[in-house]
Amino acid sequence: MKYLVPTLALLALWQGIVWLGDMPAFILPSPLRVATALWSNAGLILQHAGVTLAEVLAGLVLGALLGAATALAMAVSPFARSLIRPALVLTQALPVFALAPILTLWLGYGLWSKVLMAVLIIYFPVASAFFDGLMRTPAGWLDLARVMGAPKRSVLWHMRVPAAIPSLASGLRLAAVYAPIGAIIGEWVGASQGLGYLMLLANGRAKIDLMFAALIVLAAMTLLLHRAVGWACDRAVARMG
Amino acid sequence: MSAPGLQVTGSAWLGEAPLFEGLDFRAVSAGWTCVLGPSGVGKSTLIRLVAGLDTGARFEGRVAASDGAPLADRVAWMAQQDDLLPWLTAAQNAGLGARMRGGRADPAAVGALLARVGLSAQSARRPAQLSGGQRQRVALARTLMEDRPVVLLDEPFSALDARTRAEMQDLAFEMLAGRTVVLVTHDPGEAARLGAHIWLMGPDGLSEVEVPEAPAIRAVDDPGCLKVQGELLKRMRAAA
Repeated sequence: MKYLVPTLALLALWQGIVWLGDMPAFILPSPLRVATALWSNAGLILQHAGVTLAEVLAGLVLGALLGAATALAMAVSPFARSLIRPALVLTQALPVFALAPILTLWLGYGLWSKVLMAVLIIYFPVASAFFDGLMRTPAGWLDLARVMGAPKRSVLWHMRVPAAIPSLASGLRLAAVYAPIGAIIGEWVGASQGLGYLMLLANGRAKIDLMFAALIVLAAMTLLLHRAVGWACDRAVARMG
Repeated sequence: MSAPGLQVTGSAWLGEAPLFEGLDFRAVSAGWTCVLGPSGVGKSTLIRLVAGLDTGARFEGRVAASDGAPLADRVAWMAQQDDLLPWLTAAQNAGLGARMRGGRADPAAVGALLARVGLSAQSARRPAQLSGGQRQRVALARTLMEDRPVVLLDEPFSALDARTRAEMQDLAFEMLAGRTVVLVTHDPGEAARLGAHIWLMGPDGLSEVEVPEAPAIRAVDDPGCLKVQGELLKRMRAAA
């Protein structure tokens, strides 16, 4: 409901610009035209959206697992920390987008080059958020565990990991909006299906209304994904207390 | 369970600055020894040394039990923060020690202890659903579940309001009977009520002071206790 008024205002502004600026449809199609394109190409868009969604979900799961595992390794082992931390910062210094052509070259035009792009983009936020959480266990808890004679493994699983769940959750929320970016970039660089591919194709054929329709579906998909991940995270955090 | 006495002798430095020098602290076996002093004189360092915890200070000296046996595994710890894990219930928090050592606490024992601290009805609640006093009572139950002969208390009642604090003092004194208890506090009244021995710790080091005539725990309005409380506060102010 809270999105209704801003959405309507945006649509009105859009339509206003089209009318007042007398925009040709191949520069800026009217909202109505885009809606029509969306409706008449629904099957096509949905098919490509399904491909992109599969890439995003696979990237999200793999990236989250890899990121979380990296954070755990760094949290338990100072050696791993000294090894991985500089590498992690280095990967951030490197624009992941620039890697897209290489990944396509290595992994081909299929699903996996896009999945890997998504993984690369979300790996750092997940790993660093979870790692920060793991290193911020309240000192009083650690004192208590020490006096209780708890082994390190116990401290990790019973205190540090549960206490870091909210941090991991904020990393995953970010990952949910970043992952589609990776998949789309991958599709732009080289693909035969997916929303990114469809947008480029429509653009090349001056079907700007179709391009906008695909863009809207992509935005809706990302929002829904963000909502779903946020909901799951909220539940996990509530359980943690 | 025989509760040993304790002795800490030595000096500690924070960087190059001495925190305390030539310290000679003793705690009686099976009784309450209070360490009273303002913040920053090394009270916490002293009790953390006994607990085997990191102090951030360099310590040269000796921490020993009167029976000569090592202290590790014979100590329980309770701090100013209740340190309850927010995702566990009161009962699970009370049984945390066993869980942390890879086992499971005996539910009957946990139930009995929660009953003694008056929290039977709250055993399934999370810490967020408990008051500050109730949370500290769960922490006391957790300390007792460890069933250790030496119990170290680092200002455990400081964050409580006056009434709850007095109640907690009564409860803790009753439940920790027979154990060697070291209580660190900055509250002269608390030391005067609870201490079989009271040590005053100031910038110049540690000195043992006279305790009220009545045996601990003393009534809050016991004249001897109030007199000692007044004297302790005067000495603390003079030392500063």
